[in-house]
Amino acid sequence: MSSEFDPRLSAAILAARSAQIASRTLKTGGGSTMPGVVARRVDPKVLTKLSQRLPMGSAAITGTNGKTTTTRMVSKILQTAGVRAVNNSTGANLVTGVTAALVSDSSVSGKPASEMGLFEVDEASVPKVAAEADLKLLAVLNLFRDQLDRYGELAYTGKVIASAFVDLPPDGTVVLNADDPLVASLGRSTAKAVYYGVDEPNLDTGRLQHVADSKDCPVCGTALDYETVYMGHVGLYGCGNCGFSRPELQYRASRVRFDGARGTEFLLSTPKGEAEVRIEIPGLYNVYNALAAAAVAGESGVALGEIVRGLGEFGGAFGRVERVKAGDREAFLLLIKNPVGFNEILRTFVTGADARNVLIAINDNDADGRDVSWLWDVDFEMLADAKSEGRTNGLPPFMVSGIRADDMAVRLKYAELPVGSVVPDRKKAIREALAATPPGETLYVLPTYTAMLEIRQTLSELGYTHPFWEDK
Amino acid sequence: MKLTIHHLYADMMNLYGDRGNVISIKKRCEWRSIPVEVVDVGLGERIQPTSRDIFLFGGGQDREQALLAEDLSGSKGADLRAVVEDGGVVLGVCGGYQLMGHSYETPEGERLPGVGIFDLTTEPRKPDEERLIGNVLVRVRAPETDEVREIVGFENHGGRTYLGDTEPLGEVVAGYGNNGQDGTEGARHLNAYGTYLHGSLLPKNPWLTDQLILNALRRVDDSFELEPLDDAVERVAFDSLADRLR
Ligand SMILES: [Zn+2]
Repeated sequence: MSSEFDPRLSAAILAARSAQIASRTLKTGGGSTMPGVVARRVDPKVLTKLSQRLPMGSAAITGTNGKTTTTRMVSKILQTAGVRAVNNSTGANLVTGVTAALVSDSSVSGKPASEMGLFEVDEASVPKVAAEADLKLLAVLNLFRDQLDRYGELAYTGKVIASAFVDLPPDGTVVLNADDPLVASLGRSTAKAVYYGVDEPNLDTGRLQHVADSKDCPVCGTALDYETVYMGHVGLYGCGNCGFSRPELQYRASRVRFDGARGTEFLLSTPKGEAEVRIEIPGLYNVYNALAAAAVAGESGVALGEIVRGLGEFGGAFGRVERVKAGDREAFLLLIKNPVGFNEILRTFVTGADARNVLIAINDNDADGRDVSWLWDVDFEMLADAKSEGRTNGLPPFMVSGIRADDMAVRLKYAELPVGSVVPDRKKAIREALAATPPGETLYVLPTYTAMLEIRQTLSELGYTHPFWEDK
Repeated sequence: MKLTIHHLYADMMNLYGDRGNVISIKKRCEWRSIPVEVVDVGLGERIQPTSRDIFLFGGGQDREQALLAEDLSGSKGADLRAVVEDGGVVLGVCGGYQLMGHSYETPEGERLPGVGIFDLTTEPRKPDEERLIGNVLVRVRAPETDEVREIVGFENHGGRTYLGDTEPLGEVVAGYGNNGQDGTEGARHLNAYGTYLHGSLLPKNPWLTDQLILNALRRVDDSFELEPLDDAVERVAFDSLADRLR
């Protein structure tokens, strides 16, 4: 933990500072990673040097879904506990982004202002970050097939992540989602695994969704037997052939109760005791994010009381779930990233009959995924089933929008669900959907990424929200 | 007069929403009160034709292609070939299409044998070649009605397919098709269809769905006719994509 003067390190930090100022002045964008690129060019060891000067070391969070939310939850917990942590921002989760975050947190002499580093890291960048950033902890949330344009091999991604475990110190920790078989199997590559998971038989969907990615045993390739399926391939499983099964949990959520769009409550059990937790954001996937955050914070030495308080004060993350006051109505934006997330949103809001006003907006720009085949993997049939079994008070017609609004309309038709108006133009659609929402009620907006940006822009133009979205 | 949809390797070969093809056939039968059943056929399970059948064979990852090639190398592949020669209906998409040819070579250089329904081979992409990805519009001759029709979809494949003595399914209007070179897309032999188009393929191209259903039911009753359905929603979805591509 040397803090003596290092001329090369200082030169790197200074160069990064001027690069940052230049990119802001020129509005070239990419301001969040550029300083990292410049600093690394001047001193290739800048990340290692700065991270070794963080008194509490660093933690990294990776996985397909929930990195941003989980990182922000941990950040909130650390803030509650009085720990100053440095974060990278969303969209800067490669080694350059991590470097940029540390550089901007440090004085020119190379002294970090924070006590701890907390980084969300892209799956493929984990080995490089682990090799350089002096990690004390690495958390792996889940591995799903995400970008459908990319030819993904999940098992390969798992191997890449596991190859980083050797770079953790002897007292380091790997936090793993026990309910995701592929993620849990990574624990076989380390002696330092801590597992989290959900024990709530009431949440069994009884079906392996069609989007399930790893239904086969990651150890021997035999089809896994599932006792409970929570979402996608996540659940309680075991292999009849080699005996691989869901590991024992150190952090557990049980007695999970959904309070519609308002939040979720559960009993959190940890090695340091049990407590009731309430989070103000909905859905089972956020219970997993909260559990991961509790495990990361708990293993970093934060007390249970601070964890519960931090989670309770967490208000949702940029781009995932957002509530906007729109006059005497409310708009609830729920980003659609992939079929698993879409299924969760349908299960949480729509089958609960909570959502009476729904707008789905599907774009096919690069950032959304150009291929819309995945709409056929979304389990809209679960809504039709719920309707025919009388588990909903009649489903509302869904209004559809986006460049691929017409594809969405076909999908709903083949699930035998009612289609409302089809308005491809996003600006027009959000205006019409709000107008059709009775005063006092909530409009649920389910957009893909670029559709969400357009809808936000329109809401902002209508004066329904502040122009800055990051919940800093 | 029940129609059976045999979904080959449903659990493994569903990389690109191929489930949409199953749903499409099933619903268009149900809406006409034609009894329909979906049967999943897994690794090691034999196909059991009933005489009114549609076999669907979707796309998967390379690792899975190898397992399938092995599974199909024995009597299962021979049974499928015999079904086709007897007029049975098969639709292969992407990886399934590739395995309906003579051989498929993986990017690692492993040559996997195909079922040999179509006279075609698939070569891996060379290191300097791109994957062929994007929306596709294809002009298809429909001999049943002697009309020229169109299909739209999305393709995403590294392999380049070259036809021997097999008719293409159609000609590329926009997109890459079999190999990005010769303007052909897919293959057709009797009632066996192969194509790179997913998206899913059938939902936005309901005439093709109906042709598969008709092919299957006419094997038993050659005067069978399908009741027309209201395809306004599908037509709008087809047009909005086709217009973008023209
Ligand atoms: Zn096993």
